[in-house]
Amino acid sequence: MDSITLIAMASIVTAGLTIAIGGIGPGLGEGRAVASALSSLAQQPDAATTITRTLFVGLAMIESIAIYCFVVSMILIFANPFWDHVIAQVAK
Amino acid sequence: MHLSSDELILWQHGFFKLNVTIVTTWVLMLVMVVGAKLVTRNLEHRVDISRWQSLLEVIVVTLRKQIEEVGLRHPETYLGFLGTLFLFIALSNFCTILPGYKPPTGSLSTTAALALSVFVAVPLFGIAESGLGAYLRSYTKPTFIMLPFNIISELSRTLAMAIRLFGNIMSGTMILAILLTIMPFIFPIVMTLLGLLTGMVQAYIFSILATVYIAAATRAREEA
Repeated sequence: MDSITLIAMASIVTAGLTIAIGGIGPGLGEGRAVASALSSLAQQPDAATTITRTLFVGLAMIESIAIYCFVVSMILIFANPFWDHVIAQVAK
Repeated sequence: MHLSSDELILWQHGFFKLNVTIVTTWVLMLVMVVGAKLVTRNLEHRVDISRWQSLLEVIVVTLRKQIEEVGLRHPETYLGFLGTLFLFIALSNFCTILPGYKPPTGSLSTTAALALSVFVAVPLFGIAESGLGAYLRSYTKPTFIMLPFNIISELSRTLAMAIRLFGNIMSGTMILAILLTIMPFIFPIVMTLLGLLTGMVQAYIFSILATVYIAAATRAREEA
């Protein structure tokens, strides 16, 4: 298997696996965060604004893990330096 | 497929490239400055003020209250920096409604610049509040062994801020572009709504994180 095929295959498989596995953790974490926010909202409805605001801040922090995985996956597909290098070599 | 509007170059001279990101950023800045100047030309103290002045007052008062709630005393000192962060990111994300508009926050250069400005501002505000010695001593705060970890955490949270904003906005616009080629009309509209919501939330997150970091840096005086 020559290097072009190897690089292409590794990039595609890794990109898919990155976003697939990387979405599991944040999904579970956000579910737990929203669940505990809902139960504390039920216990103390007049703290609703503080709870909601803190919930959104926490969700954004958790979401950023998934965003990092997405960015890596996008880089592998669209801005892959190894692929560009190999293509440049073939074009020569 | 471009990952960001940095690659769309409008004009080139030597090594200076005028790309779409720079043009859009300057247009946004012009809109904000000219708009604010026009509204605050004749500020009125009556009870019934013009709608635009009322809007600006709502924005400024809400920002002040947010900064105060995080724990910063004298929110006026920080209102300029933090308010500008929030307003610029919010406006740039909100204008994705306009067709043919590429948000400058969807380019890593803009978000890196914003994160770097926060990275510089946090020690500046900390030193202005509690003096150079107390601020530097806060890096060794729990124990002296924490010094490298505190420094690393400063750098990594700057990087995290840049990538978080860039990733959220870039992914929103890219998913929209991909969806438009697959299934026009209804689903892209829903995704645009989600993109707007994410944009506003991310603007809020960016400014709240900057506020929290500044609050942590200026709290050195209370502990010392």
